[in-house]
Amino acid sequence: MIQFKNVTKEYPRSGAAVEDLTFHLRKGEFAFLTGHSGAGKTTVLRLVHFQARPSKGEVRVSRYASSRIRRRQIPQLRRRVGFVFQDFRLLERLTAAENVEFALNVTGTSKKRIGPKVQRLLGQVGLAAKARSLPSELSGGERQRVVIARALATDPLVLLADEPTGNLDQRASDGVFELFRSINRHGMAVLMATHDADLIRRHPEVRVLELEHGRLVYDSGGDAKTDSGASSTEDDEGKKE
Amino acid sequence: MRALREALASIRRTPLLGGLSIFSIGLALLIIGLFGLSAHNIEEAITDVEERVEVVGYLVDDAGDERVQVARREIETYPEVEEVRYVSKTEALFTATRELPEFSDVFSDLEVNPLPASVEIQLKEGYRDPDHVRAVAERLAGYEFIDDVRFGQAWVERVFSLRRIAGGAAAILGGAFTFVAVLLIGTSVRMAILARSEEIEIMQTVGATEGYIQRPFLLEGLFTGLAGGLLALGLTRLAYTLIDRSFLSLAWLPDLWIVGGVVAAGALGMLAAGYAVRRELAQGYAV
Repeated sequence: MIQFKNVTKEYPRSGAAVEDLTFHLRKGEFAFLTGHSGAGKTTVLRLVHFQARPSKGEVRVSRYASSRIRRRQIPQLRRRVGFVFQDFRLLERLTAAENVEFALNVTGTSKKRIGPKVQRLLGQVGLAAKARSLPSELSGGERQRVVIARALATDPLVLLADEPTGNLDQRASDGVFELFRSINRHGMAVLMATHDADLIRRHPEVRVLELEHGRLVYDSGGDAKTDSGASSTEDDEGKKE
Repeated sequence: MRALREALASIRRTPLLGGLSIFSIGLALLIIGLFGLSAHNIEEAITDVEERVEVVGYLVDDAGDERVQVARREIETYPEVEEVRYVSKTEALFTATRELPEFSDVFSDLEVNPLPASVEIQLKEGYRDPDHVRAVAERLAGYEFIDDVRFGQAWVERVFSLRRIAGGAAAILGGAFTFVAVLLIGTSVRMAILARSEEIEIMQTVGATEGYIQRPFLLEGLFTGLAGGLLALGLTRLAYTLIDRSFLSLAWLPDLWIVGGVVAAGALGMLAAGYAVRRELAQGYAV
């Protein structure tokens, strides 16, 4: 599904954001990507979403490899990788339904399929009743649900979430997390970047990938849940319990 | 169709920004319009002066009609020559009497007509420069019945250097004004794109293709450029009417310049939009 092989990403001014990163997120798997601020979490998500390209090593997402992908293939890849931002990034002039519809429109979904699909997606995230509300009329948790519905619009294989609960209170945060869990139970892989240690502690069943200064220092699913791709982090196993 | 709908919807959604873009493009192109109007009128004036350039060959008294007519037909075949006119001695005297009435007594007392017959050669456009004029004059002087050849060398050279200076100034100023207009168009289109950068980012995130994202912007750039071009045309016409009516009689721009200018404005708008949107898109792709 998602494979990092000895991936290093260097920026000309700030140096290495991630270094020699190797892990494998399998189909249908759920994982937290954690670490302190600046550890490289967002860079990992950007690499998966092909917003950045590795300086060394290779990133593979489904059948797309960073070493071989062409620019015109990136939109196809992104339809298979949903992205949820911490700061929502909804179009304020559009209603909740229209924001989801926007994603379907711009990716070429046929007109007759759009209406029912928007309804189904908003129903799935528990916002059917707020379809006609503008983002400014929604709470933080509700906005994040619209973002998730939009990310699901293209039927992705994996959902990337960059601190999706970072701007939410405890209750909304729990609700959004449960939504991710329910989506994952239906077979979609989820890679959630978070520095919420409490959330991670409360869900010991979820695999944890921990970054420190751009290096993978801990992978709770190294043996049990991943294949050999994650074996380079075995030395770090047991460090966090 | 979808791109056209999107482009129109975008203009409707942000009428103030669209109006500002059209206005700033219109003003930028007005500079070119006014410059074009000046350049065209200077060109017309120089052409007008150039049309008076002619080579005159004065004939010896015993030139002989037949020889002159044969030579005249030959001269008419020169590539530089537009028209050859034979002026007889009598015609020369008649013209002199008419144009110089103060000497009419002198002319009427003459027993012998002292004025020579001549051939007046008009040159085609493009052959009125000193080199061509001199070449025709030298060939004309080669005929044995030609006594003297006049073509106002200093005058021809002055007109020619005036044309060269005007042409050079037009190229430099025109280039500079076009550059400024391109920058202004680029800036205003870029502002319109920046105002929608969030939308572009979301489209890129969910997987819209580059062509899909670009097309409405290209059309919007085309419409904005065309509207700016038409606005500039209207303002140039207004300036022309005011000047023409008040203190200086001017020639209006040729149709080809007008159509070319408006089409070029549309194309510039589209190119500027294409450049700006591609720059914006490049930030979202790793490859």
